[in-house]
Amino acid sequence: MSQRVAIVGIAQTTFQSAKRAQNYAELVHEVVSELFTKTGATHDDVDNIVSASSDFWDGRTISNMAIQDVVGAYMKSESKVSSDGTLAVLYGMMRILSGQYKTTLVVAHSKGSEGTPNLIANAAFDPIYQRQLGIDGLSASALQARRYMEKYGVSEEEVALVSVKNLANARKNPYAQVAGEFTVDDVMQSGYLAEPIKKLEASPISDGACALLLAREDLVDRFTDKPVWLKGVGHCQDCYYLGDRDLAESEALAVAAQRAYAMAGIRDPGKEIDVAEVYDAFSYQELMWTEILGLCPRGEGVELIRSGVSTIDGTLPVNPSGGVLAAHAVIVAGLVRVAEAALQLRGEAGQHQISGVKTALAHGSFGYCGQMHCVWILSNEK
Amino acid sequence: MRREEGKEYLYITLHTELPYQYSAGRYMSRFLTTLRDEAKILASRCTQCGTVLVPPRVVCGNCFAEMKDFVEVGPRGTLKTFSVINFPFIDPFTGVQRPVPYGYAIVQLDGCDNWLPHFLDEIDVQKLRIGLRVEAVFKPREEREGAMTDILHFRVIGDRSRESSPEGEVS
Repeated sequence: MSQRVAIVGIAQTTFQSAKRAQNYAELVHEVVSELFTKTGATHDDVDNIVSASSDFWDGRTISNMAIQDVVGAYMKSESKVSSDGTLAVLYGMMRILSGQYKTTLVVAHSKGSEGTPNLIANAAFDPIYQRQLGIDGLSASALQARRYMEKYGVSEEEVALVSVKNLANARKNPYAQVAGEFTVDDVMQSGYLAEPIKKLEASPISDGACALLLAREDLVDRFTDKPVWLKGVGHCQDCYYLGDRDLAESEALAVAAQRAYAMAGIRDPGKEIDVAEVYDAFSYQELMWTEILGLCPRGEGVELIRSGVSTIDGTLPVNPSGGVLAAHAVIVAGLVRVAEAALQLRGEAGQHQISGVKTALAHGSFGYCGQMHCVWILSNEK
Repeated sequence: MRREEGKEYLYITLHTELPYQYSAGRYMSRFLTTLRDEAKILASRCTQCGTVLVPPRVVCGNCFAEMKDFVEVGPRGTLKTFSVINFPFIDPFTGVQRPVPYGYAIVQLDGCDNWLPHFLDEIDVQKLRIGLRVEAVFKPREEREGAMTDILHFRVIGDRSRESSPEGEVS
């Protein structure tokens, strides 16, 4: 990139199963206010806003109408990404790189508690062909889990290690919704939601919001002395119909990762990346995604955990925040991956801080069984 | 309403009815009427790469070529993955919760290159494994209405995995 863009501010709410005390505007107001306080930015410093939310999840046609005032959008440019928050960062960066805007407020919100999650999830499937057939995100993912485990010879006990690791990490994250010291046995005994996925292997549906402030290189100093540079990004879509791809594979993630690595100059991701936050909506997904991201060979995702590489004190911690298993506000969760990676790079991750982080990976996904992937490489060095 | 921190927070409940009439279109109308009238499953074939896809659609996503030929596929096929669902699911078409547990499958129909997700009549996972042969069970003629549910479910008919896939590979 000839021009550089940095994250200069980060704010997130705690994630809870139901935030009854806040409506959408109040939820977003919380993160935007915090962001302004932390960065010293004012309403006048923001000349572009990219929001991320969903009409179906919010139960409102044009969901971003609920937050126009609290993001300070009057007489400014505000537009919405109705997909994962990682794409909102991509869009925000592109708007700055267009030369038209100096800064961009990126904000995502969701309250899973207010709608009917499995009906909303089912409504993402084709109405003529699939919706009648009792399918939602959980059942689709169960089919993917089985396919992956069979193809790569991964056992249920091995997949359970992801939940053990991430939910223990989440105890150090004050924003997490689900956390705890669990054993493989606890995970195994937690009950099948959709075989082979068990209760402790499925992310919760959360309420929450997250916001980032992006700034053009020449304005970064005004807001922070710890900028986090957007070094590389890759985005790729796969087929929509579940039956059109082998669910054990994800070429879209491989392509997205290669694009991000090429842009950031990463040659050996397993060695060059210091920490990764990946979209583990279900435990098996962390194994699949880390393998396809090239952090280890295919089928060896579990070895990253067993050998201690991806644990919180390992050489490449994966989801030190607890990941999506610890808090899953739909749409917001990918932006939180970027936020958590940025906090690590600023040395502000608190109890789950990894020492000496210079390069971080953040991964978002949207659509069933990882139809879309977006991979970010961030660094605290220009 | 619920009380937190000694305060009272209200919420409004809205049971939104938001009806749609989705057009099946030319390809899916032909697919669904054939399913209803003849209990046959149609797929489309790519004029460029020859890939056969179910349900039929206007374009082969890989080639971006128009799909013009229809071919019959199935009703038998091979189990590619499966699950048994224990999580309560509200059927959006009836508003009624589907009884759990129920079986779910992704099946490669004979003659088809992609796979079809549908119900499976088996809920004992010990009896299931990838590679099993399955068959579509159709509703009786008088109950078929031109919908995917005209296929009631798939049922397991046996095991041909060892002859149909190389040793040690998932079929």
